[in-house]
Amino acid sequence: MNVRLYVWQRGTAALMAPLVLVHLAVMFYATRQGLTAADILGRTRGSVAWGLFYAAFVGAAAIHAGIGLRTILAEWTPLGARAVTFVAAGFALLLAALGARAVLAVVLP
Amino acid sequence: MAQPAAGELSVSIWRGGAEGGFEAYRVPARASQTVLDVVTHVQRHIDPSLSYRFACRVGMCGSCAMTVNGRPRWTCRTHVSKVAEGGRLEIAPLANMPVIKDLAADMRPFFEKWQAAGGAFEPTLTRADPVEPVRPSEPARKVADAGIECINCGVCYAGCDTVRWNDDYLGPAALNRAWTLMNDRRDGAQGPRLAAVAAGGGCHACHSHQSCQEFCPQSLDPTGSIASLKRLATRAYLRGEIKA
Repeated sequence: MNVRLYVWQRGTAALMAPLVLVHLAVMFYATRQGLTAADILGRTRGSVAWGLFYAAFVGAAAIHAGIGLRTILAEWTPLGARAVTFVAAGFALLLAALGARAVLAVVLP
Repeated sequence: MAQPAAGELSVSIWRGGAEGGFEAYRVPARASQTVLDVVTHVQRHIDPSLSYRFACRVGMCGSCAMTVNGRPRWTCRTHVSKVAEGGRLEIAPLANMPVIKDLAADMRPFFEKWQAAGGAFEPTLTRADPVEPVRPSEPARKVADAGIECINCGVCYAGCDTVRWNDDYLGPAALNRAWTLMNDRRDGAQGPRLAAVAAGGGCHACHSHQSCQEFCPQSLDPTGSIASLKRLATRAYLRGEIKA
């Protein structure tokens, strides 16, 4: 890992720390209040704020996990440097795509 | 291996190269005996073909480090009474380095990485200039002095998980050396050194397992030096002073 990847990984971790806390609080709130799926979708659909919140979360998680996986693959598998970067970037893109799909499903009107 | 007799040590010593194996020896136990004494006894009295490396015998030169009962140690300052388990010793060459023969590890990768980390002092004055005094009270000098007593024994390098997993990782000793020079105001290679330790395999590859700190016979804190390098390099990168 070089300093550029380090900054991105630590930066995304710092961004996710408050996002995780808000996400957990939302989960507790939704279950304690007995909100149904329809109730939740009624609040998230068309909401720019929730869209931005979870888009940032998905982007940060994809970058953070991609860099972490790259290090694990480099240290624990016989893959070469280029293959490691390719697999880790593919995994990050997959996470981003799956996350974006979920975000769009709950915020698009 | 059978229980050693009273007054005897049961010693397994690595023989051969990377594909070698352990061979058993019986060595008389003595008072205040060091692991290096045991190895020397085997070579002088049992098998003169045993290869190992030592020089000063007093913990200054850093040449006698070996793996003793699974842990890297400087053998000249390691008393048998502190490490022998039931009178047994298993002595192998340092890990994470190629084996030359028996207990002699090839330390070339260790010193090549030391150079790659900018471990050489780059003077800013010539011999025609007056000698610049070293002021022990200066804050940066205190930081440098905290890591300056490294004897390059290779114990931290042999005990480091990241070195074992990542061939490119420069290792604790090289990075600790780089940190001491980053705090030496007489040095003139600060920028290139910081770029070298911020590249892949540099300080940011460290997982902070702290094995180097645990094993260092000089009780230095390479983990702390590496963490400080991480902060210094990160700040420089964010300011655009170095590139990745």
